[in-house]
Amino acid sequence: MSNQKMTPALTHDQKLDLYYFMQLNRQLEDRLVRLFRQNKIVGGVYSSLGQEAVSVGTSYALEPRDWLAPMIRNIGALLVKGFKPRDIFTQHMAKFTSPTHGKDGTSHFGDLKVRHVVSPISMLGDLIPVMTGVAMAGRYLGQNIVAMTWIGDGGTSTGAFHEGLNLAAQQRAPFVLIVENNQWAYSTPVARQVPIKNLADRAAAYGIASKIVDGNNVVAVYETTKTAVDECRAGRGPILIEVKTMRMKGHAQHDPAEYVPKAMFDYWKAQDPIARYESYLTEHNLWDPKKKSEIDARIEHELDADQKFAEESPLPPAETAEQGVYCEGCHTIEAEWRRPKQDVMPPASSEVAVWKVADFGAFVKTQAVATQHGNRPGHAPRHEPVLSAEKKESISGDEVAGPTGKNQPATGDVAAQVPLRVPFGRGPKDRSVELERRDKVAERPPRHNKPPHKRRRR
Amino acid sequence: MPEITMLEAIRQALFEEMDRDPAVVAIGEDIGVYGGAFKATEGLLARFGHERVIDTPISETAIVGAACGMSYLGLRPVAEMQFIDFIACCFNQVTNFVAKSHYRCGAPVPMVLRGPSGGGVHGGPFHSANPEMYFVHTPGLKVVYPSTAYDAKGLLKSAIRDNNPVLFFEHKFLYRRIKEEVPAGDYTVPIGKAVVRRQGSDLTIVSYAAMAHVALEAAATLAKDGIEADVIDLRTLLPLDSETILASVKNTNRLLIVHEDTRTGGIAGEIAAIVCESAFEHLDAPIARVTALDTPVPYSPPLEERFLPNAEKVVAAARELAKY
Ligand SMILES: Cc1ncc(C[n+]2csc(CCOP(=O)(O)OP(=O)(O)O)c2C)c(N)n1
Ligand SMILES: [Mg+2]
Repeated sequence: MSNQKMTPALTHDQKLDLYYFMQLNRQLEDRLVRLFRQNKIVGGVYSSLGQEAVSVGTSYALEPRDWLAPMIRNIGALLVKGFKPRDIFTQHMAKFTSPTHGKDGTSHFGDLKVRHVVSPISMLGDLIPVMTGVAMAGRYLGQNIVAMTWIGDGGTSTGAFHEGLNLAAQQRAPFVLIVENNQWAYSTPVARQVPIKNLADRAAAYGIASKIVDGNNVVAVYETTKTAVDECRAGRGPILIEVKTMRMKGHAQHDPAEYVPKAMFDYWKAQDPIARYESYLTEHNLWDPKKKSEIDARIEHELDADQKFAEESPLPPAETAEQGVYCEGCHTIEAEWRRPKQDVMPPASSEVAVWKVADFGAFVKTQAVATQHGNRPGHAPRHEPVLSAEKKESISGDEVAGPTGKNQPATGDVAAQVPLRVPFGRGPKDRSVELERRDKVAERPPRHNKPPHKRRRR
Repeated sequence: MPEITMLEAIRQALFEEMDRDPAVVAIGEDIGVYGGAFKATEGLLARFGHERVIDTPISETAIVGAACGMSYLGLRPVAEMQFIDFIACCFNQVTNFVAKSHYRCGAPVPMVLRGPSGGGVHGGPFHSANPEMYFVHTPGLKVVYPSTAYDAKGLLKSAIRDNNPVLFFEHKFLYRRIKEEVPAGDYTVPIGKAVVRRQGSDLTIVSYAAMAHVALEAAATLAKDGIEADVIDLRTLLPLDSETILASVKNTNRLLIVHEDTRTGGIAGEIAAIVCESAFEHLDAPIARVTALDTPVPYSPPLEERFLPNAEKVVAAARELAKY
């Protein structure tokens, strides 16, 4: 990644903005806890106490056109993206006025059209492939967007994490993955989840760049993320950022977190991101007590109004349970094209369909000693270059023609006879088998050149 | 009109839809350079390029997840499962992410998930399954399972243009076995509409996919004995066209359901319940079903033959019904 000096400095207003959002995040959740105790919350409350700098600092690096998908502890990111406290209150209280009209709770809501927020599901890891798809579609449409999501330390153990990040890497998708290492996954410490100290090390396995940042330092989080976002936008994604932080409460309200050593809480309490940022603002003369109380009062005022709105809102009418399973014309689906459509239509889109194989993958002596960071950021050799102006070159090439090097029909000429090959269910009397047998005797190509489809396999 | 296979009809639908709308993209394993395990996507890459025909790693969850994400930006991805059996690997993405998206947060997912399914080709336990009912039991999805080349083309086009996620099952036994005249140009077949393939007044046989052909074969045999069957091909399993079924049963007063899916939890049970609820007084005989065994799909030919329904079994069951 390029150096951080490239990151444009935050303006004075933006620095106060960061405080505003972190404090709003904290005070909002504080109220959720109180409402929970008053039995006014229908489901659970998942605190992000102590992690506000992560949600706010990362999402603040995105532009309005960019996309994000929050995890459960990323309410701060939703606020930065423009959702209001009332959205969070009503979601938790299952009100008809909530963004999902009571169909789902917590941070499980989004807005595809304006704020570009994808609603998460509970299953950890699944947002990674979905946001990879968002990033791919944005690039395809010429929107020059970046997609971002978060994953907990525990969530990195899922299969979806691997599949999604690998696809993102293979696609070089403009995608930023924030690994929010808060030391705990429900009751399980991170060391019991993974035998590595830094989750960022995983990036090496995907051939992508990574960064580690102090998650309780909002400026550092912002700057690191901003650089990553810029890199991704420039076509050098995806990037993984591990933020080191601490979950300061139990998994949710029901969990007193007695399994966390007290000394660990004490250590991290001294690292509180908001207290640290307040000192920073004071030390750098960016505010005075008057400014602080102004912002705090504004937050109180907003929260009062939105909490009142939520509490006074009705629950959904029961019959709406039956509505909305399918889109029956309620949505108009239209992609926002920021490049000429002709670019992706024939004849411009047509290409020679063969693989360009850069090397034959043979054993090379220097590889015998496995290097720890052998395939770090430079990216593993790829069979397709980054999608770019020279896209035509991508999989066409003259080096080694792949199995279909004979050229496939360049049109949708359906009359063209497809070879009779079925991977299953062909018997010795099938024409395909007969042809294959004949080919084998006739050709016998040199071993290493043998086209894959002619190799024996099951 | 040229006679083409069901496989060719599917390929034609993909070509025509991608030609019609640049928002349509294809994503899956080995679908590009290789043209797909069954060659359903052959030639797509050459014509539409790698931005629209995306060869992926072997990652079913990532394929469905990425397709879902793409659809959120207004694209209409067509994702391929190399064999539909592998849909089990991305069950979570399909049933929790994709299916619930519109209901719980108002985000439509206009994607198609298609792939070769079904037995009769000695594919064994992992390349022969009919997992449609997992998804018929999932509100938010549409499930389509055609039996003819004409329907395959028209329904795939409808699926691509639908604003909801559609699972499109392609019976691999039928891929190259049936050939029929299919218009070269544009037409659609509506999702959610069954079709009466043969008319009769003695009993109703409801079926779909490969078993629709078995049902017709059985009906021809039955006709020689003077038993005339109304043969319904469902084409779409979700939403189910109960109207067509009920109208027929009210006329024939006897119902036989045939499916290649395993027995317990198969769609026969659901259809039987609907008919009992809405046409019980019209029934002259118990509702019968001919289905696959409640086992995994076995590999060896005599075992698979035993496993699968066939025309003889259908004829026998129909004769029993005719006795009432
Ligand atoms: C696939 C999956 N398995 C289990 C759960 C239940 N669960 C919810 S949160 C959680 C712990 C998550 O830990 P981590 O990923 O570190 O995130 P954190 O809660 O610390 O933010 C578990 C096990 C789930 N949501 N998804
Ligand atoms: Mg955690």
